[in-house]
Amino acid sequence: MLVESLVVSGMIFVIGTLGVIVRRNAIVMFLCIELQLNAVNLTFVALSRYVGIEGQVFVFFVMTVAAAEAAVGLAIIISIFRHYETVDVDKFNLLKW
Amino acid sequence: MLNALAYESWALHALIWLPFVGMVHVLWAAEERAKHLALRWSLVVFVLSIGLWWAYDPALGGGYQLVSSRSWIAAWGVNYALGIDGISLFMVLLTTFTTPLAILGAFNYIKKRQKPFYALMLLLEVGVVGVFSATDLFLFYVFFELTLVPMYFIIGIWGGERRIYAAIKFFLYTAVGSLLMLVGILYIYVRGKVLLGVASFAFVDLLQIPLTTGEQMWLFGAFALAFAIKVPLFPFHTWLPDAHVEAPTPGSVVLAAVLLKMGTYGFVRFLLPFFPVAVRHPTVVGIMLALGVIGIIYAAWVAAVQPDAKKLVAYTSVAHMGFVVIGVFALNLNGLQGGLLVMISHGISTGALFLLLGMLYERRHTRAIDEFGGIGRVAPWLATAFVITALTSIGLPGTSGFVGEFLALIGVFEDHPGVGIFATSGVIFAAYYMLPMVQSVFFNALEKPENRAVQDLSRRELIILTPMIALMIVIGVHPTPLLRRTEPSAQMVIDRVWESVQLGEAIIEVDPSTDLGAAETDDPVGTATAADGAE
Amino acid sequence: MQADGLEPAAAEWEPILPALIILLPLLGFAINGALALSAARKSADAVRAGGEFDFFEGGRARTHALPTWVGPGVMLLAFLLTLVNFISMLGAELHDPWVHAYWAWISTGELEIAAAIQLDQLSMIMMMIITGVGFLIHVFSVGYMQDDPGYPRYFAYLNLFVFFMLVLVMGASYPIMFIGWEGVGLCSYLLIGFWFSDEAKASAGKKAFIVNRIGDLGFLLAIFLIYLVFQEVDYVAVLSDAESIFVYGGPAITTVTLLFLLAATGKSAQIPLYVWLPDAMAGPTPVSALIHAATMVTAGVYLVARSSVLFALAPLSSAMVAGIGVLTALFAATIALKQQDIKKVLAYSTVSQLGFMFLGVGVGAYTAGVFHLMTHAFFKGLLFLGAGAVIHSMHHALHHTHKDWDAQDMRNMGGLKKYMPITWVTMWLATLAIAGIWPFAGFFSKDEIIWMTGAMAGAENAPYPMLYTVYWILALAAAMLTAFYMARLMFMTFHGPNRTGAAEAEHLHEAPRTMWIPLAVLATLSVFGGWINVSEDLRESVLGGFGLLPMGEWLHHWLEPVTEAAHRVQESRLGEVAHSAPFGGGEVAWGIISFVAALAVVLATVRLLGRSEVPVAVEDTEPTGFARILYNKWYVDEFYHRWVVDPVLTTSRILWRVVDATIIDGTVKLVGNGARAIGWVASLFQTGQVNRYAFLMTLGVLVILSMIAF
Repeated sequence: MLVESLVVSGMIFVIGTLGVIVRRNAIVMFLCIELQLNAVNLTFVALSRYVGIEGQVFVFFVMTVAAAEAAVGLAIIISIFRHYETVDVDKFNLLKW
Repeated sequence: MLNALAYESWALHALIWLPFVGMVHVLWAAEERAKHLALRWSLVVFVLSIGLWWAYDPALGGGYQLVSSRSWIAAWGVNYALGIDGISLFMVLLTTFTTPLAILGAFNYIKKRQKPFYALMLLLEVGVVGVFSATDLFLFYVFFELTLVPMYFIIGIWGGERRIYAAIKFFLYTAVGSLLMLVGILYIYVRGKVLLGVASFAFVDLLQIPLTTGEQMWLFGAFALAFAIKVPLFPFHTWLPDAHVEAPTPGSVVLAAVLLKMGTYGFVRFLLPFFPVAVRHPTVVGIMLALGVIGIIYAAWVAAVQPDAKKLVAYTSVAHMGFVVIGVFALNLNGLQGGLLVMISHGISTGALFLLLGMLYERRHTRAIDEFGGIGRVAPWLATAFVITALTSIGLPGTSGFVGEFLALIGVFEDHPGVGIFATSGVIFAAYYMLPMVQSVFFNALEKPENRAVQDLSRRELIILTPMIALMIVIGVHPTPLLRRTEPSAQMVIDRVWESVQLGEAIIEVDPSTDLGAAETDDPVGTATAADGAE
Repeated sequence: MQADGLEPAAAEWEPILPALIILLPLLGFAINGALALSAARKSADAVRAGGEFDFFEGGRARTHALPTWVGPGVMLLAFLLTLVNFISMLGAELHDPWVHAYWAWISTGELEIAAAIQLDQLSMIMMMIITGVGFLIHVFSVGYMQDDPGYPRYFAYLNLFVFFMLVLVMGASYPIMFIGWEGVGLCSYLLIGFWFSDEAKASAGKKAFIVNRIGDLGFLLAIFLIYLVFQEVDYVAVLSDAESIFVYGGPAITTVTLLFLLAATGKSAQIPLYVWLPDAMAGPTPVSALIHAATMVTAGVYLVARSSVLFALAPLSSAMVAGIGVLTALFAATIALKQQDIKKVLAYSTVSQLGFMFLGVGVGAYTAGVFHLMTHAFFKGLLFLGAGAVIHSMHHALHHTHKDWDAQDMRNMGGLKKYMPITWVTMWLATLAIAGIWPFAGFFSKDEIIWMTGAMAGAENAPYPMLYTVYWILALAAAMLTAFYMARLMFMTFHGPNRTGAAEAEHLHEAPRTMWIPLAVLATLSVFGGWINVSEDLRESVLGGFGLLPMGEWLHHWLEPVTEAAHRVQESRLGEVAHSAPFGGGEVAWGIISFVAALAVVLATVRLLGRSEVPVAVEDTEPTGFARILYNKWYVDEFYHRWVVDPVLTTSRILWRVVDATIIDGTVKLVGNGARAIGWVASLFQTGQVNRYAFLMTLGVLVILSMIAF
């Protein structure tokens, strides 16, 4: 079971990573980050069976953080949308020096 | 009476945390009440601190008194440990004395954003009192860095035209030095853990560590650089004129009176006792004395041609601190005592000079010496106060300035007559930079109509200046009570320097690399936390 | 601490309230200072409003009425107290000094400097001069300064000066003396620049302070060196151990004494640091009389006399002291020949006379030096006060008609004897005294110095006999020049036709009573003051009325306890001093020769000048040739400006602009800019595109992973 779980989580992680890199839509990128997080969660759960219960504890941490992040992230995106009426990240290069 | 109140057990804690409470109070209160609140809080702190004069008993020897210690970060052996000896006693008193006066001096100067300003002034007091009363190196470092933050904002927000430049220069310059010191601190800590098996930052524990000569040299370098920048010692002084010129009056006052003393205090508190072998090394002594003497003469000459009065006084600070440095590195009792007294005297006189220049600035909105002239006719009390302060600054006998310089010079002369001769020539150059300024500002004809409108001292300004001038003269006439209180501690430092013979050499072979490797894993954590605590 | 060792001596004689002598002037300073501050406040308000406050409108304001009583009053009390102590000391046969420590001034470790005062014969003489002459000058000042808006401030400074001067002479150790030493310098600074709105005057004060500080450097270093050798700095310990600790003529003692000499040249206006004194005439004239003639400038002489043992142990330094003294005496006298400003003449005359005192203490005639110091305080104080009276009168006269002539230029005076008879007579007495005419005070003191110089040249083991012979000749020449320039001053001021102008002459008047009474008292002292120390040889001769003069060598005996150690050293080392001058002749013969010559010079000068026409200042032509050099004071000020002041200023500017701003701060900025440059390069990688960051990050993770994996 471990191998299968890890393979699945790896695939999800790669999909998420590619999504973050390739897509321009902020919301899609955001979803992809969630994918990455969940892939990690899956790994934790899978490994916790062999290593110890800490892995599952960490999953709860990650989920909590992810929830908070989702709230903040969406708020930022909405706020940006109100200003620029777009969610295309290529347009947001204010962080550039 | 002090005993009945158990003064000794809570005094130092109160001195550190009352300004903090005051800061919170100021931030909570209404904008227009901020200055009065800040003044009251700082006055409470000052009144409380007066008791230290009696609470500290020099007859008990030069060690720390009013000691208290609580575990703070047990895992690393960090303690919240306070205590004062004869050296820090006067630094604490100087701080608590100067702060209310600086705050009072800000009343007319600071017009915008008063609340944060006064809150930062109180925070500064927290930091400085903490620096002078900490007996734990980690705690010391936290406070040391804490002082940077309020000063940075005070210069950066309420300063003159080039305030951002000056604030950043001040911050970066001093931070670079103190980061080097942090590395040194961690090294000592790790060595202590390895060699003594004690994880502790307490001064008393760290003093036990047998460091080799080579180690002492390196550590001396790291610490000395940090403090030399703070002092500032030639050639690390260029941040000071910029910071002083741009800082608002109260900022300059605290900067000159107290913050610079943290550097020389560091010399006395750390360099001399912690690295005695390095300190008494002829090359090291030679370099430090040379830098001190160059500072005295060079800064005096540069000061003499400054068109900006505040910059002039800033350079004189460098010269005065040169006297402190040569006094300290004379490595004898007279020199060290003199250095300490110059620190106190400079705190009062230069603080007063900056306050006076601030008063002139409030009236004329310029600091250029050429813009003034004949002020003595329209503001005779201001002129009188300025002349007395200037004379103290140039070390006229009978004022506090003389006693310190005299002792420092006599100390240097005892062991290094050649250096003493050059340093003594500073008395000529002091007159050479100060008197022309006094003349151009207060004497000469009253030609400019703007100068004719200058008002004399107000009641508030009089209240600020009177205690300072009184102290200058009282210390000048009867410095012995001060000297008696500093003497045992100064003697201890000197004994430590000369009696800790060849501590390091035998220890060289003990070099358990495995333990060191284990200890190193603690290192990055320590760095991160220390930096967090400071910022 | 020091007092303990002297218990027996202290038991013999107890002074009466000695501290009060010091404290009285300080009290006067406090009261007058408070009045001055309050007056200044009123005046400042008026200035701001665009006018001047009139303190005299509707009667004298209280701030201007009280100082009249407080200023001279405290001085009178101090003088009386000193007098009482002096008289009680006269009958005490005091051998060891009376020392009393009031509190520990600086005390740390081994170093103990007590705030102690020492009373002995030397300090007593000095105190008598300071409080006595000081009191007279305070009284004179009441008349001279009464209408000045800064009247209370003036008395505050003057009282403060006396306080510091008393500290200087009463202190029991070198550091305490140094307090007074710098303190009088401060008061001199404040009083020279008393009319500080005038830039020239304020600058003169500043110059005095800075030049004096050069000397003070020597004083400080000498104290340090003494401490290094003795671990003590008080007179009793240092002076009594000096003979046993120092090697005669050794490097240590020579250095100490040369450093003291440097200090003394500053305070006492000797070559090379005399330049501040002529400029110091910018102050009010009574100040010139008190500070720059009678008391402060003699501090250097006092210092040498006080340390007489040290100087006796250092023959080279003593020769230097004498050499500098005699050169200054001659040099300043030449400048005085061609000055037109009455105060400038007197200033250079003071420098010259101080040179004589240095010569005296330099040849080991410490008593003679102090003696001349005392008589000089009388006659030069008188001359300055007289000049003050003249200037006062001239000023009023010129002020009446709004003539913008210089009230101090002697070319504008002439014939004043008609208008100011008392001033005229008293000043002539002082002139005769300073010129060394028998039997006035200056004759005996100056003659003793010159005689001792000649005797030193012929001493058995004199270290530099030729040198002392040269000194002796130069001193005689300087004495003759003195007679000349003083006679010229008197003639141009008081004799000949009046050149002030007819309208102005009507307003010339004799000085008020507060001013001429001090003149009269000082004139009496100038006449008889020299009789207290007539040497035995002179006293037995015609010059002493064949023993009629009552107090032969009194001062000599009086100061014996202070100078005996020095004399002991001298006798053991130099042997018997000669009884004849280098070219033969005893003291009496040379005394007669010198006074006849001086008298001849005075008479000749008056006769010669009587025939020549003196043009008024505005019509006078620039002097030419050698006179021009003398008129321009040998261009010494210009020389100093060119070779000392300007280079220092230039160097300072270079240090600031080049070293500080460019090199040091440049390096600092270079570090900062370097960091910034690296940051800029790195910032090129920052595009602001989140995807690109994510891609690079992933790439990085992959690279690291692959590194770990393979």
